[in-house]
Amino acid sequence: MLMNLFKFKGGVKPPTNKTQSLGRPIAQAPIPSRLVVPLHQSIGGTPRPVVQAGDKVLKGQLIGEADGWISAAVHAPTSGTVVDVAMHVQPHPSGLDALCVVIEPDGKDEWIPREPVDYKALTPEQVRERLQQAGVVGLGGAVFPTHGKLTASKTVPMEEMVINGAECEPFITCDDLLMRERAEEVVRGAGIFRDLLQPKKVLIGIEDNKPEAAAAMRAAVQAVGETFEVIQVPTLYPAGGAKQLIRVLTGKEVPAAKRSTDLGVQCFNVATAYTAWRAIAHGEPVVSRLVTVTGNVHEPRNYEVLIGTPMDELLKLATPHPDTDGIVMGGPMMGFLVPDPKVPVVKATNCLIAHSDRLFPPKAPEMPCIRCGACAQACPHELQPFEMYWFSRAKNFGKTQEYHIFDCIECGCCSFVCPSRIPLVQYFRFAKSEIWAREREKNAADQAKERFEFKQLREEREKAEKAEKLAKAAAAQAAKKAAEAAAAAASGDTPAEAPGPASAETATTPAAPSAADAEKAAKLATIQAAMERAKAQREAAQPKNTEQLTPEQQRAADEIEARRVAAKLVEPVASANPANEKAE
Amino acid sequence: MDILLAIAIMALGAVVLGAALGYASIKFKVEGDPLVDKIEAILPQTQCGQCGYPGCKPYAEAIAKGEAEINLCPPGGMEGVQRLADLLGREVKPLDAEEKPKQVAIIDENTCIGCTLCIQACPVDAIIGAAKQLHVIIGQQCTGCELCLPPCPVECIHMEAVTENIDNWKWKYPVVEIKAAPVKEAA
Repeated sequence: MLMNLFKFKGGVKPPTNKTQSLGRPIAQAPIPSRLVVPLHQSIGGTPRPVVQAGDKVLKGQLIGEADGWISAAVHAPTSGTVVDVAMHVQPHPSGLDALCVVIEPDGKDEWIPREPVDYKALTPEQVRERLQQAGVVGLGGAVFPTHGKLTASKTVPMEEMVINGAECEPFITCDDLLMRERAEEVVRGAGIFRDLLQPKKVLIGIEDNKPEAAAAMRAAVQAVGETFEVIQVPTLYPAGGAKQLIRVLTGKEVPAAKRSTDLGVQCFNVATAYTAWRAIAHGEPVVSRLVTVTGNVHEPRNYEVLIGTPMDELLKLATPHPDTDGIVMGGPMMGFLVPDPKVPVVKATNCLIAHSDRLFPPKAPEMPCIRCGACAQACPHELQPFEMYWFSRAKNFGKTQEYHIFDCIECGCCSFVCPSRIPLVQYFRFAKSEIWAREREKNAADQAKERFEFKQLREEREKAEKAEKLAKAAAAQAAKKAAEAAAAAASGDTPAEAPGPASAETATTPAAPSAADAEKAAKLATIQAAMERAKAQREAAQPKNTEQLTPEQQRAADEIEARRVAAKLVEPVASANPANEKAE
Repeated sequence: MDILLAIAIMALGAVVLGAALGYASIKFKVEGDPLVDKIEAILPQTQCGQCGYPGCKPYAEAIAKGEAEINLCPPGGMEGVQRLADLLGREVKPLDAEEKPKQVAIIDENTCIGCTLCIQACPVDAIIGAAKQLHVIIGQQCTGCELCLPPCPVECIHMEAVTENIDNWKWKYPVVEIKAAPVKEAA
């Protein structure tokens, strides 16, 4: 099969160190004494725990429910008892804790009832949902939920689907062994993806240092009766990077801030295809994965490991040499030293390397950058690491972005070739996380500002509304009272002036112009209404026995009344209402 | 005669340019003070009032007018002071208060009586609840301004520093190890 291959710029050829772990077939790692299953194992929302301490779980039972579309479910890796749902240290360079479900295995390894389905009878939506429920994520290292990648772009027709079996990182052989031993299931899994995405071609890219894997895949493709092309690509790190492999196989360069689907290409890892097939055709969610255990050990080998197995227990199976002083998760180029040997194996764990100074001698101290440009030549993304380094170091993050720091895939080629041994990738990681943190702060500040302004607006509006309501109510009440008072006055003997209509008018007319006026008017109206009420009461309470008085009695009463007026205890009856005048 | 012509030309030029400038000043008039917006973008929008102004915008306006110092914002920290100094060309001054780590308010569920006083005090509406119902603070929206602490009649609100977690963890600045060079002994 002859095909024109393309090239990506840069790349390095570190010693592959793969043969050590290729000698033996895949072994099943025993069930460990205790499983610590982190809930957040994929990109996207953190799954919500659906079990609690004391619950009995079966192998494959849901323990973490996907939160949102870009999120994948988490399952119990074996049967047993949940002993805790708590924070535990993570296989993450930070060494910080995250929520985990701790399971004590009962040793029976009893499955939940598995429901194999024929995916061809399901709609694409149902297949995607099943993959999400089964916790299928990209096992190449990025752990992006696979169902989220299985929707073809509506505008760009799907041209090629790339199945990534390149496995370019030194030491790691888990994909190689998977393709050698379980090629048929990988091909069938790729068939599911093909049926969902409907690409014109399916290309399986394998580095040419894995001829056995390529042969096995070719045989499997023929056996299954598919038309996939198995293509051997030159061994060059990082040919297994999604963008690099797409470039090599299709010649398409995925631009910054665009996704490969925008160019009609999608890329999946071989192990992802395998787990997708197990999930659909066998009803088995992702509860284990292949892990290469290598490095400073007697018996490097690939193991099928339950998710949540403590790394130190796994490493013991390969009998590490006594001078082992740490565990590297991932390969030597992109991996990191785990903060604690007890951290669990997660879906992203493809390789454990026992670390020792003999195997990885400590780096000589960093020297100043001599601007030789070796990093720029090695960069597979055609960036200028020496410039990005300069600005990251000076914390001039705006400039690092001008040099496209977010296109950096942190492959480590620049650090690998640097003659001054500068840890360039560390500077880029520092700059990236600093930029993200600032972005978060900026968003939080913007949101706070928006909410604050809205609150002020709302308070003002509420005040105005309240004032208006009050004014209306007061006016209505005043009118009512005035009418009552008028009625009372009409029924009583003493003819009284009827200030009702006038007061009602004074209360209603100023309510319109503005909120402040309305408020004032409302207050006045209330005061006035109260005064009207008091007056009406006073008038209503007029003694009825004042009709047949003797002249002396009348005189005495008048005198008393006069004294009271003089003492300002009561208002003279004829005087106008002062409140009424004020309001006008 | 020549001199008169020269004066006339200059005068004409002055009139034409003056008219152009006058037109431009009306046509391209900038609404509001752009400096205030720039200052406000630097302020952390905590709305805490610790600067003595009722919110970040009034403080920004006061700085723009030159009425306020640039070191009055504790949540902005020294970094904020530095950035304001860079923007305004003023001198960097030490912060006028203690710099605190970012924090959020937490309501003790057992003590809260549902009085709604903290809800009214919160400048960013980050507290939910109703009369005689338990109140809860939305952690993501809380700016840590502490304005809800004084109104609480049962002192059930306390502040907790925001701890580092996996989502907000940052890679550290690569430290360059400096080792003493081995001293050469005179032969």
